[in-house]
Amino acid sequence: MAELLKVDNVSMIFGGLRAVSNFSMHIDQGELIGLIGPNGAGKTTAFNMLTGVYNPSEGEITFDGKRINGKKPYQVTAIGIARTFQNIRLFSELSVLDNVKIAFNMHVKYTLVEAELRIGRYYNEEKEITEKAIELLKIFKLDGLKDEEAKNLPYGEQRRLEIARALATGPKLLLLDEPAAGMNPQETHELMEMIRWIRKEFNLTILLIEHDMSLVMGVCERIYVLEYGCCIANGTPDQIKHNKRVIEAYLGEEVS
Amino acid sequence: MNNLKKQDLKILCVCGVIFAIFQVLLYFEFIDPYWEANIILILINIILSVSLNLINGYTGQFSIGHAGFMAVGAYVGAIMTVKLELPFVVSLLAGTVSAGFLGFLIGIPTLRLNGDYLAIATLGLGEIIRICILNIEYVGGASGFMGIPRITNFPWAFWIAIFIIFFIKNFKNSSAGRACLAIRENEIAAETMGIDTTKYKILAFTIGAGFAGTAGCLFSHYYYIAHPASFTFMRSFDILTMVVLGGLGSMSGAITGAIVLTGISAVLADYPEWRMVIYSVTLIVLMLNRPQGIFGSKELSRKMFKFGKLGGKIHGGTAES
Repeated sequence: MAELLKVDNVSMIFGGLRAVSNFSMHIDQGELIGLIGPNGAGKTTAFNMLTGVYNPSEGEITFDGKRINGKKPYQVTAIGIARTFQNIRLFSELSVLDNVKIAFNMHVKYTLVEAELRIGRYYNEEKEITEKAIELLKIFKLDGLKDEEAKNLPYGEQRRLEIARALATGPKLLLLDEPAAGMNPQETHELMEMIRWIRKEFNLTILLIEHDMSLVMGVCERIYVLEYGCCIANGTPDQIKHNKRVIEAYLGEEVS
Repeated sequence: MNNLKKQDLKILCVCGVIFAIFQVLLYFEFIDPYWEANIILILINIILSVSLNLINGYTGQFSIGHAGFMAVGAYVGAIMTVKLELPFVVSLLAGTVSAGFLGFLIGIPTLRLNGDYLAIATLGLGEIIRICILNIEYVGGASGFMGIPRITNFPWAFWIAIFIIFFIKNFKNSSAGRACLAIRENEIAAETMGIDTTKYKILAFTIGAGFAGTAGCLFSHYYYIAHPASFTFMRSFDILTMVVLGGLGSMSGAITGAIVLTGISAVLADYPEWRMVIYSVTLIVLMLNRPQGIFGSKELSRKMFKFGKLGGKIHGGTAES
């Protein structure tokens, strides 16, 4: 399969702290990859580098043949990486529908003049965007709440809305930062099904950070493990489960 | 979407009727010159508050240098009319474009700042503009730019205000407007959704500054004079107060704020010693009981009337479904 993302020896240095150190990773088209590690291991920092929030101090990231280093987040989104956030970042005072419509902004072709004079492509495109957004909301069973302010949604639905919003940008690679945080086992199970389903439906490649091992082991094909900024292991869920270094990282060393 | 068109037409008709009523009242002199002057001042203030609302309310960038841009518009417009003897329309356009351009130039460095820092920077810039004008002999320096003909009248002020209200309303309902709202709500999320935040912040700032220039031009062509003392930071605060009183992020609110506060000042003009007292008590009472402003971030709509929450008719109220 074609290689989609290549992370080559990337480090992120904040002053004297190496938050991520010499991290390498490659993801092929259509894979579902997990990124795990104890708290503070540098998982979210890695995400921030992939999405352009941070510019890596060392190393190189290539996506779809294009270099990501030094690109701004909106430029990274434009070439096809979308993400959700660990601490939900919705446009909380806007309606659910507007939240999704904003994510379609990149694909809007009408100019400001056309919008001001209400001529040309304005009406058609606005209609199209609204329809597409509602369709997307239907998939996530949120269409009934489309006029509700995002902040009034229950937690699980806010998470779903964030995924819907990320999908609206039309990504090739979707980064999910702890999608199951705060969910009960039942919800986690549903989320697992949904992740599998959207991957097939939208032809996506997915990279997810998660602490819920049942989810990670259940859906991911390969897993990378970070500890103190270093990648200590990677492989299939079975390999990871029995990897001595990983067990040590999570549970500490065995007393001999 | 066709509904939107119909709604626009309806609002325009309402505006036409309001215009006709006032025009008749003015023609038969049911409204005395004192109130005529105040109505025009209200309209100018509406332009100012609505354009500041675009920057502060919609885009969430806390700017308090609006009087500076207003001064630029006032002086450039006056130069066009008096020194170059160009028609009023050209002066208005020149005032708008020059203020907008200045807003653009100032926006590039300052909009990197957030919150309080941006407020201080814009406050300072507003004062810098005023002090610069104060020292330019060509425009009259400290004694002000005199001899500007009175061209602004009720029809000019009214239709320009309506135009600007519609311009900003259409802006808000476009992809650019949604991008601005997204920046207000969460800048990081907006950027990850593919929005070039710097571009849209500068765009909103430029448009807002430009319309402040329009208001300034109308202002100087009504009062015969453009004086640096008219554009101190107190005016910036006045405009900000109107926007906050009406509800940050609500067009109906900005319009209501301008009408209420200018109205209060006008009614209390005979009691100068009580004016500031009543003015501030009004604000304190409102802030205690409705800290989000009269309208919050909602717009005036028919739904609101159904629940009987708010009354009062407003010029060109921007009902949005």
